[in-house]
Amino acid sequence: MSWISVGNKPRAVVLGASAGGINALGFLFSELGEDFSLPILVTKHVGLNDDRGMLRVLARQSTLPIKVAKDKHRILPGTIYLAPAGYHMLVEEQGVVSLNLEAPVAHSRPSIDVLFQSAARVYGQELVAVVLTGANRDGADGIRTVKGFGGTTVVQCPETAEMGFMPKASLDTGCVDYLVTLEEIPAFLDQIGGA
Amino acid sequence: MIETCSVADLERLELDLLLDAVKTRYGYDFHDYAKASMIRRVRKYMDGKGIDHVSELIPLFLHDNRAFYRFVKSLSVVVTEMFRDPDVFKVLREEVIPVLKTYPFIKVWHAGCASGQEVYSMAILLEEEGLLDRCQIYATDFNDDALQLAKKGIYPAKDIELYKKNYRLSGGKSRLGDYCVSLYDSIKINSRLAERVTFANHNLVTDGVFGEMHLVMCRNVLIYFNEQLQDRALTLINDSLCPRGFLCIGRRENLKFSQIRNYLEDVSNTLRIYRKLGS
Ligand SMILES: C[S@@+](CC[C@H](N)C(=O)[O-])C[C@H]1O[C@@H](n2cnc3c(N)ncnc32)[C@H](O)[C@@H]1O
Repeated sequence: MSWISVGNKPRAVVLGASAGGINALGFLFSELGEDFSLPILVTKHVGLNDDRGMLRVLARQSTLPIKVAKDKHRILPGTIYLAPAGYHMLVEEQGVVSLNLEAPVAHSRPSIDVLFQSAARVYGQELVAVVLTGANRDGADGIRTVKGFGGTTVVQCPETAEMGFMPKASLDTGCVDYLVTLEEIPAFLDQIGGA
Repeated sequence: MIETCSVADLERLELDLLLDAVKTRYGYDFHDYAKASMIRRVRKYMDGKGIDHVSELIPLFLHDNRAFYRFVKSLSVVVTEMFRDPDVFKVLREEVIPVLKTYPFIKVWHAGCASGQEVYSMAILLEEEGLLDRCQIYATDFNDDALQLAKKGIYPAKDIELYKKNYRLSGGKSRLGDYCVSLYDSIKINSRLAERVTFANHNLVTDGVFGEMHLVMCRNVLIYFNEQLQDRALTLINDSLCPRGFLCIGRRENLKFSQIRNYLEDVSNTLRIYRKLGS
């Protein structure tokens, strides 16, 4: 896909997914090149104590190391961090994740908006944000903020997503740079973040 | 001065200046708080007031102390639960309580108790194990509004289902309903459970040790802090523990950033329950 032009070489990828997200993330992580060199921070809505199940499923498929984030975990290259159930996950300037227990945002904790907005402030133009399948509007405000700080925004085609509502809500912000199918995303990410 | 400064850089600069002003004027030092959460709270406060730039808060807070105190309280608007992380309470019941039973008198400290649900959960646990009458529980927070709620022990009825479920999973021996009464749309914890509790304002950043504790619960407070401040708070807590005392921190927190790790052994590292080595 030679049509991708991301201004600055990105330093991180943030991903948001909700209903249907386990399948989508599983596919994506199984297709990413093993030399993928950027950190990937993921907020996937999960039931209260379900992050271990999610980790188990995704770890089986992922080509990269993957973990559930703990407070002040250092963000390493080529590593996937999942927001833990029941906590918001944010990015700190010093390159660590922070967790918090602020009230749910867009009915969700963890919330995609919270992750995206904090990452936008830290990485600015050097951030790629991707919204995948889901059935609520979390992520849309985040996409707007990422764009506002000069980052690159990507949304899965609502028509081809398992649940189109969430990507559609993000698309409707008018702040989306790339509209792609799930199948195209691994190649897209490899192009910006391969070694 | 450099010509270009990104929006984010400018915002960080403004926040630093604001925190300097607040520290000098009020003595509250938020410099070592985790900034990502803080900027969210600041932005939210600003949105509510129609303020565009963080630096505009400087004159506001310098001249209007009521506005400042409202802001401080907004920094720690949180959601807590009874028997949050039931498996933690289960291990406290099965592995920590039996040791505490061997002491004639027991002191428990909840640092960062918020609106008190965790404190009453502990009181119920101690009551069921026949220990409550031998206990002194200290429940502290730096947010006076939260402490007021904690003292009242009145919680929204809509939360009770979650609390009941947690209580059951934690190995509760009776029914949660036995420890509270239902009002219209809320529940009130029996005042008997508060008899052994002292609620007090205590700031983990600026205040010191106030007693020798057998068990300290400090869960989901460290997440507010950066690594250095976590180490400071944990050192204070370690100094407050008697030899062989227990410490419990939040499920997703770590002792990695603190030298006190060297003085503690695991009761359950996954559940973040530790025990101080003998002296
Ligand atoms: C998320 S609540 C934790 C409640 C309970 N321990 C739990 O885990 O459910 C965090 C509490 O820490 C308090 N806190 C934050 N900074 C503090 C400080 N410097 N000193 C004391 N308490 C603080 C906040 O006011 C808030 O009530």
